[in-house]
Amino acid sequence: MNIVVCLKQVPKKDSILRIGPDQKWIDERDISYEMSEADAYALEEALRQKEKHGGEVIVISAGPERVRQSIKEALAKGADRAIHLHDPIFDTATDAAAIARSLAAALKDEKCDLILTGLQSDDYGFAQVGLILAEQLGLPSATIVMEVQPEEGAVRVKRELESGWFQWVRLPMPALLTIQSGINQLRYATLKGIMAAKKKEIREVKAADAGLTADDLKPAQVIERAYLPEKTKRTEFIEGKPADAAAKLVEKLRFDARVI
Amino acid sequence: MSQGILLFIEQRDGVLNRTSFEAMVAAQGIASATGEKLSAVVFGKSIAPVASEVAAKRLEAVYTVEDDKLAEYTSDGYVAASKQVVEKLAPRFVVLSHTYQVRDFAPKLAAALGKTFVTDCVGFRVDGSDVVFTRQIFQGKINTDVRVTGVPPFLASFQAGSYRADKAEAAETPAPITPLEISMADVQIRAQAEPKFQEAKQAVDLSQAPLIVAVGRGIKSQENIEIVQKLAEALGAEIAASRPICDNEWLPMDRQIGSSGQTVSPKLYIAVGISGAIQHVVGMKNAQTIVAINKDAEAPIFDIADYGIVGDLFEIVPALTAEIKKVKSEG
Ligand SMILES: Cc1cc2nc3c(=O)[nH]c(=O)nc-3n(C[C@H](O)[C@H](O)[C@H](O)COP(=O)(O)OP(=O)(O)OC[C@H]3O[C@@H](n4cnc5c(N)ncnc54)[C@H](O)[C@@H]3O)c2cc1C
Ligand SMILES: Nc1ncnc2c1ncn2[C@@H]1O[C@H](COP(=O)(O)O)[C@@H](O)[C@H]1O
Repeated sequence: MNIVVCLKQVPKKDSILRIGPDQKWIDERDISYEMSEADAYALEEALRQKEKHGGEVIVISAGPERVRQSIKEALAKGADRAIHLHDPIFDTATDAAAIARSLAAALKDEKCDLILTGLQSDDYGFAQVGLILAEQLGLPSATIVMEVQPEEGAVRVKRELESGWFQWVRLPMPALLTIQSGINQLRYATLKGIMAAKKKEIREVKAADAGLTADDLKPAQVIERAYLPEKTKRTEFIEGKPADAAAKLVEKLRFDARVI
Repeated sequence: MSQGILLFIEQRDGVLNRTSFEAMVAAQGIASATGEKLSAVVFGKSIAPVASEVAAKRLEAVYTVEDDKLAEYTSDGYVAASKQVVEKLAPRFVVLSHTYQVRDFAPKLAAALGKTFVTDCVGFRVDGSDVVFTRQIFQGKINTDVRVTGVPPFLASFQAGSYRADKAEAAETPAPITPLEISMADVQIRAQAEPKFQEAKQAVDLSQAPLIVAVGRGIKSQENIEIVQKLAEALGAEIAASRPICDNEWLPMDRQIGSSGQTVSPKLYIAVGISGAIQHVVGMKNAQTIVAINKDAEAPIFDIADYGIVGDLFEIVPALTAEIKKVKSEG
């Protein structure tokens, strides 16, 4: 079973985010990056399926030079080869449809049984790229997947629904699945894996190689302004050394809020 | 010419999803600010009661789309049906609520139509003849104003809780309900869905707990959970968690609060090292008093907290535990 995993690199979860000078995105200086959380789970799922059923795991990522770091991490964990959509033109594709078009163009000649994406990215959080990609490639899809069971020519997946409900769905393969965080337990790359990754292929694809021009990737939605959300509730901040703050808080909870 | 606003109503087994009324508030707002007419569409089978409930609200028309292939939700069925409806009615905006079902088919619908879809919006603003949508990035840490370009229809989904369902305006006289004919005969439903189910009965029901101490990823490792457990014990509170804690199996699944976990409304909810992503917040925002302890003063959790302490939980939580013990021993 051959599985493609779409990986996005995003600012690390603990990053202190500031608005950038153009006020349209964050200030990217001093930011370090990592694989988007759900994508790390998608990769792990692909590796586990490969270990059980054989085949190849191919990772694909669109983004600037720094993205190579996450690609290498995926190869070190056990992916077989990678495709890096690396071209300033790809970086102008800033809405979900344009990103999906980039990925679709690069994947059109890949023969795979499953494409896995994260259910949503930790930066844009469109929750769209995977599904648009599926539509462009004509694939059936299932979202928010918490278990994957391949069968003959089909895949049975457990979808998470709201408030603790689930549903099994069977799809013919090839299919696209969007993976939910927590579907499995993540592995770490081993030293052996890191060494082995050095020999693995990372194919660089330029927009022209995928038959795309800047016009093809023009986004239909653009961020006009980025800003910190206005607080709608007045939080009473309690200051002081830990012991003092704790004493003040307990007093408030006892005598103002009267909840303890 | 595209005109009007078309609101998608979500129902399951003939029961309307309340978040559809939240999206309706947004849709009614866009309608009155742009002068566009608002109509709604319901998909399914035996949906007359849902359609009547919707028709009692202030809008011009309610359309129903009924077909055996829509009796149970499937992505293929909904994409095929809704694509025909959108093409037939040619609205300028399609408004949805950002439910799991919408996440499952609407991006495909947008792609099938070749139109742009602004997901998970929390607001909108009318600028001349344009509508500018507000959506959050980085899990609610940053807001953005998003402008759409190109040829309508434009699709937009609204986040649960961004509007209040009870603010949906009622009509003086009910809107007409019109069945729409679409052709589903050639539509192939590729997915076979099995019945929905819940995992083995939850061992703990947190919905009745008066006091809850909830822990998030700020706790960093399983061993550290104990620090928070001690606070919960001192208070006589239940311990709960955000999703990553349960994903890592540091606490059992049935302690998870949020859209895919439990919904609680205790007297006191203390969020320790939890950032306040919307999927967590929907499960606890109705707590009477919310306390947040977080090292990041900009964490979205402070937007809903009554009391906040900005600082290192590893210093603050033990101090709080000690203080509570002290107060309790004094009687
Ligand atoms: C479809 C879907 C369903 C979901 N369902 C749920 C759900 O039911 N429940 C849920 O909780 N989530 C759910 N999520 C995940 C949700 O989006 C967030 O990813 C999650 O809630 C984040 O958990 P967290 O706040 O613990 O972690 P993070 O967002 O990583 O936040 C950790 C926080 O700890 C703080 N911190 C770190 N170190 C310290 C320290 N030393 N002292 C004090 N503070 C510190 C940081 O400043 C940060 O704010 C769902 C997501 C999706 C897409
Ligand atoms: N630049 C990218 N390169 C590769 N995959 C991506 C990229 N952007 C998004 N994806 C995939 O699409 C998923 C959903 O992203 P989004 O629609 O932005 O929420 C992510 O979890 C990734 O799996």
